[in-house]
Amino acid sequence: MTTKRNRSFLTSLGLLGLVALAGAPGVSAAQDTITLGAAVSLTGKYSTNGQHTKNGYDLAVKLVNDNGGVKVGNKHYKLKVVYYDDESTPARGAQLAERLISQDHVKYMLGPYSSGLTKAMAPVTEKYHIPMVEGNGASVSLFNKGYRYLFATLSTTEYYLKSALELLDEQAKANGKDPHTLRIAMAFENDPFSRDIRQGVIDEAKRFGMKVVVDDKLPPELNDMTATLTKVRALHPDALLVSGHAKGAALVVRQTHELHIRAPMMATTHCDSAKVAQKQPEASEGFLCASQWDRTLSYKGPWFGTAEQFAERFEKAYGYAPPYQGAESAAAVLVFVDAFQRAGSLDPQKVRDAIAATKMQTFYGNIDFDKTGKNIAKPMVLYQIQDGQYKVVAPTRWANAKLIYPLN
Amino acid sequence: MENLHILFQAPILSLQLLIDGLLIGAIFALVAYGMALVWGVMNIINIAQGEFVMLGGYVAYFLSVAGIHPIWGIPAAAVLMFVLGWAIYRTIIFRIVDRDLFTSILATFGLGILLQQLANELFGADVHTAHSGLKTWFLFDGMVTVAQIKVLAFAIALVIGGLLLWFLKRARLGQAIRATSQNARAARIMGVDTDRVYAMTFGLNAALCGAAGALVAMIWIIQPYLGLPFTARSFMIVVVAGVGNIGAVFVAGVALGVAEEFAGFLLGAQFQTAFVFALLVVILVWRRIWLSRKRRYLS
Repeated sequence: MTTKRNRSFLTSLGLLGLVALAGAPGVSAAQDTITLGAAVSLTGKYSTNGQHTKNGYDLAVKLVNDNGGVKVGNKHYKLKVVYYDDESTPARGAQLAERLISQDHVKYMLGPYSSGLTKAMAPVTEKYHIPMVEGNGASVSLFNKGYRYLFATLSTTEYYLKSALELLDEQAKANGKDPHTLRIAMAFENDPFSRDIRQGVIDEAKRFGMKVVVDDKLPPELNDMTATLTKVRALHPDALLVSGHAKGAALVVRQTHELHIRAPMMATTHCDSAKVAQKQPEASEGFLCASQWDRTLSYKGPWFGTAEQFAERFEKAYGYAPPYQGAESAAAVLVFVDAFQRAGSLDPQKVRDAIAATKMQTFYGNIDFDKTGKNIAKPMVLYQIQDGQYKVVAPTRWANAKLIYPLN
Repeated sequence: MENLHILFQAPILSLQLLIDGLLIGAIFALVAYGMALVWGVMNIINIAQGEFVMLGGYVAYFLSVAGIHPIWGIPAAAVLMFVLGWAIYRTIIFRIVDRDLFTSILATFGLGILLQQLANELFGADVHTAHSGLKTWFLFDGMVTVAQIKVLAFAIALVIGGLLLWFLKRARLGQAIRATSQNARAARIMGVDTDRVYAMTFGLNAALCGAAGALVAMIWIIQPYLGLPFTARSFMIVVVAGVGNIGAVFVAGVALGVAEEFAGFLLGAQFQTAFVFALLVVILVWRRIWLSRKRRYLS
């Protein structure tokens, strides 16, 4: 009786499989490849980071393909990525997402570079129920819109400089100082990205009871910070936090040095893209820099192995050390690979559900998406520039160097 | 208000803002000299002014990469940009020089975008700096700092302004430029090769911007998209100072620098530029009222 029921169950399963195969034209056309779609910025103002993003994707895809591809059910598939250049403009990004899905019949998307472009493309992938895993759209506003098909491997913006305040609180307590007496100066660019960071800092300052004494919003066409820094000189805050992309980082380092302004703690974002440690070694000494990832961290995962092994492989392939944009992009590919394997199916809906259930450690850090699709398992990293080198000082658990504090 | 309070408590800080404003204002003036010339002589508002500054900055940057001191970038950028400016006149600007102002704005706007994108394509979108190696002076217990490179920039802007005045008054080409600006047709009849005058003027403008750009690379940062604020500032300076007056351009430039610093301090960096343009509107309205009062009617 039971065997009979089992047999009929199996037959119907086989039939279902046939139906599924017949009903997936994109897949049956390209027999044993899985095609991922991506629009990245290869020209325009994001071209440098767009290239890092593409390199990250390519490196992961090549590694997976060289090692036999992705095993879905009993079949091995190779990965392939269809790229378009979004020219760093959101409108073009949205068009290309549309084109990838409706003309190229792509069923899975990798994210573009920057929050702005991700914001433009997410509504499209959402409309067609196509899962998109991205590693370069950090704006928290991407994750309060109720998107179901958008997942991010990186920490979102509000976390960027939160850890600096945590560190400040730790140091104050260690030095017998009440965190409530601490005063913070901050200058953040007036764009969505930095405004999110600012909100995160303000929340954190409130939590620790610190007082914000300077709160300047830098204009996007920023080219001078003397006025803001003069205020810092007058008020002697305990920390100076700045975020304004690469130009903000380069400027604050240059001008604090020139004006001879030192706060006990100085932190900024985008040190690495502004290359402040290499280009302004003397001026950047002691600065804290927020980063998504570093090669010296002790994370380890499938395919790439450790963070350091990933870095070596990246360096060999492209001739430069991997910026975190490359790492988080490669991690996005790994999320897809893992999800394909666990879903055992190429149905976008099932893959989406598998992605949502991701729980793994990779070379890039732990990945675990919350309900909104952002990765909550990986903390932000803080470097400090010590003797012209980036040394990881936070989170203390993964750090390899000791914080220099206070700076003045 | 709180910021005003700080200034009252530590008046020495207003000295810092004043000095910094004066010094950086001189760089704005340097850029504006060229715009005043081109506007006055050719009746062209060059929207690509800031892009010339940007390119000059890259000259200084690449010199420093090549191991040459970026100070040499100031003359080098001036020479290279003169050639580029001349070439741009010969290919694009000569076609629009007799057209109405709107055509020239549109054409130079397009030129600006082209130069931005070319720079992005050739040099990348990364932020660069060139290092002069000059130090900072500390005054009043370190409460006031004066960067030597900014002082150098001020001196250069002053000297170039003086040279320009002399050149326009005394040199043969300078006189031809003035003649052309007063009445191009009459100048042509008197044997002035106005086409050559235009080419030289535009080249000179680019050279001035180039020199300013080299200073920008040593004082702030350069990237392909830094142009617009410089265009906007020089536009404002020329509108306030008038097209034919180099001395007034210098004064308006440093005044703008000071106004920006104080606005940035008192109102916050977000209102720094907004304040300056609000000021422009006030000045224009005020001037209009003043002019209409002075107007006499023949009866």
